[in-house]
Amino acid sequence: MDLQLLLDALTSKALREGVVVTITLTIVSFVAGLVLALGLALMRGSRFRAVRAAAWTYIWVFRAVPTLVQLLFVWNALPQLIPALRGPGFTAFIAAAIALALNEAAYAAEIIRGGLLSIDDGQRLAARALGMRPGSVFRKVVAPQLVRVIIPPTANDFITMLKLTSLASVISLQEVMAHAQAQVSITFRFAEWYTAAAIYYLVLVSIFMAAQAWFERRYVWTSQGADRPRRSILGGMGLR
Amino acid sequence: MSAQPTPGQLLDADVIAELHAGAPGPVIEAIDVSKRYGRNEVLSGVTFEVDRGDVKAILGPSGSGKSTLLRCLALLEPIDRGEIRLDGQLVGARVAGERRIALPERILAGQRSEIGMVFQRFNLFPHLTALGNVMLGLTEVRGVGKREANDIASTMLVRVGLADRQRFFPSELSGGQQQRVAIARALVMKPKVMLFDEPTSALDPELVGEVLRVMEELARDGMTMVVVTHETGFARDVASRVLMMDEGRIIEDLPPAEFFDAPRSERTRRFLDAVR
Repeated sequence: MDLQLLLDALTSKALREGVVVTITLTIVSFVAGLVLALGLALMRGSRFRAVRAAAWTYIWVFRAVPTLVQLLFVWNALPQLIPALRGPGFTAFIAAAIALALNEAAYAAEIIRGGLLSIDDGQRLAARALGMRPGSVFRKVVAPQLVRVIIPPTANDFITMLKLTSLASVISLQEVMAHAQAQVSITFRFAEWYTAAAIYYLVLVSIFMAAQAWFERRYVWTSQGADRPRRSILGGMGLR
Repeated sequence: MSAQPTPGQLLDADVIAELHAGAPGPVIEAIDVSKRYGRNEVLSGVTFEVDRGDVKAILGPSGSGKSTLLRCLALLEPIDRGEIRLDGQLVGARVAGERRIALPERILAGQRSEIGMVFQRFNLFPHLTALGNVMLGLTEVRGVGKREANDIASTMLVRVGLADRQRFFPSELSGGQQQRVAIARALVMKPKVMLFDEPTSALDPELVGEVLRVMEELARDGMTMVVVTHETGFARDVASRVLMMDEGRIIEDLPPAEFFDAPRSERTRRFLDAVR
C-alpha cells in the first residue's frame, strides 16, 4: 500500500464532500425514522385491532425486505407509481432518506415498544393518581424512563444506519462510498481508497460512541450522577 | 439514622383549620359500587362513606377487593355500577338519563388531583430526586412555578423527616424513606382525602414504624383517610372505624374496640384469629 496515496485519499476533496453527505443522510433518516417509530410503537399498543394490525404489517414488511431492495424501489419504482415524483426535485438524497427512514422506523419501533413494556405500570398509575393528564404523564414520567432503556439498542441502530448509507451509492448518491468507488475506477488503487473510506467510517463511529457515553451519563439517576468524575474516553466507550 | 419523622404537624395551619372547620358530612362516598374483571365480580354493591376527619381502616384477606375498592375511589379504575361522590359531587362519570357515561381523561385527571393516593410499592419516579417527585404534581397539575413548588415540596419533605434526603434519588432511599416521599408527594396537592393501599406491606419490619408515625400525625391533623392495611395495631389505635372486606363486600363496619373485641360476623372472627 502506498501511504502517500492513502494520505492523499484521506484528505481528498472527494471524500470530504462525501462524508458531509453521509453524515447528513444518517442524521436526517435516523431522526425521521425515530419519529415514525414512536408512532408505530404507540399504534402497536392501541386498543383498536385494525391500528395494531397496520403497525404490525408495516414492521413485518420493512424488516423482511432487504434495505437495498427498498432503496432501489423508492428511487426507481416509486416515480413510476407516483407521477409527482418524476420531476428533478426528487433527488437521490431524498430517495435515500425516505427509504432509510422507513426502514429504520420498523426496527426502532420494536426497540421503543420493548422500552414501553419495560416501564412499570405503577409509574403511569402514580402519575395519573396525581392528576396528570395523558400527555403530561408521557412527557414527564414515561419518556425519560423510556429514553434511558432505549439508548444502547438505539445507538446500535444509529451505527447500522451510518453504514447502511453506503448502499445509497448504488442510486448514485455521492456519499463516501460513491466517491471512493469513482476514484477506484480511475486509479485502480483499491487498497488505498477503500482503506480511506473505512477510516472515515471508523472515525465517525468513534465520535458517535463518545457522544453515546456522554448521553448515557446524563441518565444515571443517583445524586452523584451529575458531578461524578469523568471517565476517560476509552472507559466511556466501554473499552476499559 | 438521621431521617426520622419530626414530631409535629404535617399540614399547614390554615389547611388544618380548614379541615376542622369544614361542614361535617361525608368527604368521599361509595354508593352500591360494583366492579368486575371479565366474569369475575371483584366488588359487589359496596356502600360506605368517610366523614370529614375520619380514618377508616379496611382489613380483609387478599383478593377480597380492598385494593380494587381503593383504586376505584381514586378514579384509577372505572366502576361498572354505582356512584362515587367527593364532597357530595358525583365523580368519575356523569349520568345522562338512565345511563352512566365515563368522563374524558382530562376531566378525570382534575378530579383525581383532589384525592391523594399512596401505593404499596411506593411508585416513586426513579428519574427524579425526592424533591422532584414531590414537585411534579405541583408544576404539572397545579401550575405552580418551579421556585414556589420547590419551596412547598422542600417544606413537606422536612415535615416527613427527610430534610437531609431531598436531593437523593429513590434508588438511594430506604423503603420507609421512599414511602414518606410518596406521602409528601400526595400531601402537597392538598387532597380532600388520602387513600393508602397497604402502605407498609412492602417494608422491612423495622421501617414500618416511621411510616405509621407519619400517618398517625396526619390523622391528628384532621386528614380524612382510608387505609387498607394489615397493621391491626394501627387500625385499633388510629382508625375511627374498622371495615372488614370479604368477597367484594363490606361485611363489618365497627368502631375499633368493638371490631377487635366483639366482631359480629364469624368470618371476621376467623380472619382476626388468623392474623393475630
